Amino acid sequence: MGGLVLGFLQSLDYMPLIGKNDFSLDAYVAIFNDRVFWASLWLSLRIAFISTAISIVLAVGTALLIYHTERGRRVTTFIYQFNLPIPHIVGAVAMLFLLAQGGLLSRIAFALGLTDSPGDFPAMTNDRGAVGIIAEYVWKETIFIGVVVLAALARGVGDYEDLARTLGAGRWKRFWHVILPLITPAIVSTSVIVFAFGFGAFEVPFLLGQPFPSALPVLAYNAFTDVDLNARSQAMAISMVIAVITAVAVLAYTWLSRRYVRSES
Amino acid sequence: MSDEQNVTGGQRNITGETGVMPPDTRLDVEDPPEAIPGPKAKRHIGRYVLVVLMCFLLLLPFVPLIFWSISHRWFFPTIIPDELSDRAWSYILSDRSGVVEGLLNSLVIAILVAVLAAAIGLSGGRALGLYRFRGKRIVELVLLAPVIVPAIAVSMGIQVMFIRYGLADTIPGVVLVHLIPTIPYVVLVLGAVFANYDTSYEEQARVLGANPLRVFLHVTFPAVLPGLIVAAFFAFLISWSEYIMTLLIGGGIVVTLPLLLFDFVGSDPSVAAALSLFFIAPAIVLMVLTSRYLSGDQSAVGGIGRA
Repeated sequence: MGGLVLGFLQSLDYMPLIGKNDFSLDAYVAIFNDRVFWASLWLSLRIAFISTAISIVLAVGTALLIYHTERGRRVTTFIYQFNLPIPHIVGAVAMLFLLAQGGLLSRIAFALGLTDSPGDFPAMTNDRGAVGIIAEYVWKETIFIGVVVLAALARGVGDYEDLARTLGAGRWKRFWHVILPLITPAIVSTSVIVFAFGFGAFEVPFLLGQPFPSALPVLAYNAFTDVDLNARSQAMAISMVIAVITAVAVLAYTWLSRRYVRSES
Repeated sequence: MSDEQNVTGGQRNITGETGVMPPDTRLDVEDPPEAIPGPKAKRHIGRYVLVVLMCFLLLLPFVPLIFWSISHRWFFPTIIPDELSDRAWSYILSDRSGVVEGLLNSLVIAILVAVLAAAIGLSGGRALGLYRFRGKRIVELVLLAPVIVPAIAVSMGIQVMFIRYGLADTIPGVVLVHLIPTIPYVVLVLGAVFANYDTSYEEQARVLGANPLRVFLHVTFPAVLPGLIVAAFFAFLISWSEYIMTLLIGGGIVVTLPLLLFDFVGSDPSVAAALSLFFIAPAIVLMVLTSRYLSGDQSAVGGIGRA
């Protein structure tokens, strides 16, 4: 919290340490007039939205798949949870070796005769579409959401589902009216964390992103380490924008979860 | 695994913790009644194909990591490395690479963070889990904030303060900044644990003449130990994999394994791959050791779901 206040003061150009004692909105004016900033903001929002959406769908699918698997469930769950403690930086390095034009998938495509050279393989790292970044987030966050959903399922969906089955509800009806409402809190709370992470994390877009436009946190970091000390207040301003947008996500989350609790009772 | 879950699920529901849920008697669902065996068998095969596909995709990214780490060279377009070598592994284990120093820094920082966060989380989680007080929702929201607000925004702002108090570029400074994202996790996990905790055992111990220290050591501590282990494990992992905070506060002087890894990614893929695998080893060991608590005690993971 204190860090944010200090950052806010610095974003207003208030840096007593280097003899700047006045407040100004120059940094904000500068970044809001900068097309690079808007391109980065848009990119980060897109990365966060797309990776969260794909992760939710895959997480619910895989959690249900594991929940309904009887034989080999212990092994499957172990493999499923396996990449939960894997740090994102390692995931990013792995994606680099897997998806790059000289990576494993490209080599397989070449062996199958699908491509004639590494350049034929679609660029998925350091690319415009941020495919590599999204792939890394989906690979990690599907499991994060999935494990929490699985825990929610294990807390007793079975009886309700059996009841609905006896009453003649089909598979889709059971899913929409029985399973989904029971796992919604788990999905909502985890997806807010996932969204905020996808929006504000530095490591993965730093390793897998293209130089321009870069994701917002990378832009902030570059400004922060700029030799020009004026860029520092701009870095603070950018990080304030990141903090405000994630704060909005938190508020939306509490609003959503309260609404959910109300409709429950 | 499934049995364990059913049993714990049942107990928790009987205690009424989950409120709306009926007692979980899922043991009979193991073999769901299906009328026609034909489609059932077909659906089962389809399901196992999906399970195998899922596991394959989850593990696939590790394949090029392993290949790179043991290859002498691996030119396009070969799928299996042309020549194997232990160069990358012997390099990272040698003195020249600086990995030993990075490992020591990472371990010292992560262990300190885990212990401190657990100690702070024990009291915070107790307050949050046991007592109802005015403004509790706000406290919970403020606690959630560091989990959600990106590390880069916080550490950029706080760096000035760390410079002023001489904490920048030092290990204590890095430990302190790592506590920011870890304490909320620990408090939330232990809050969920204490929500199920019965204080009457402590009262009994006190009535029998135990002093506060003994009550803590013999009653409270054993009761919350599984949750505490999971929480400390989370804290260790968050600190262990932290990059940007270490870079900004440690100033490149406190070198941990993630910082070394970033250096090698651009320069030497084999060493980067070997270091990646080396780096995840403690995480996996801890995961295997605590998986009993993660899957058995639903409250730990569920704590995030209900946070």
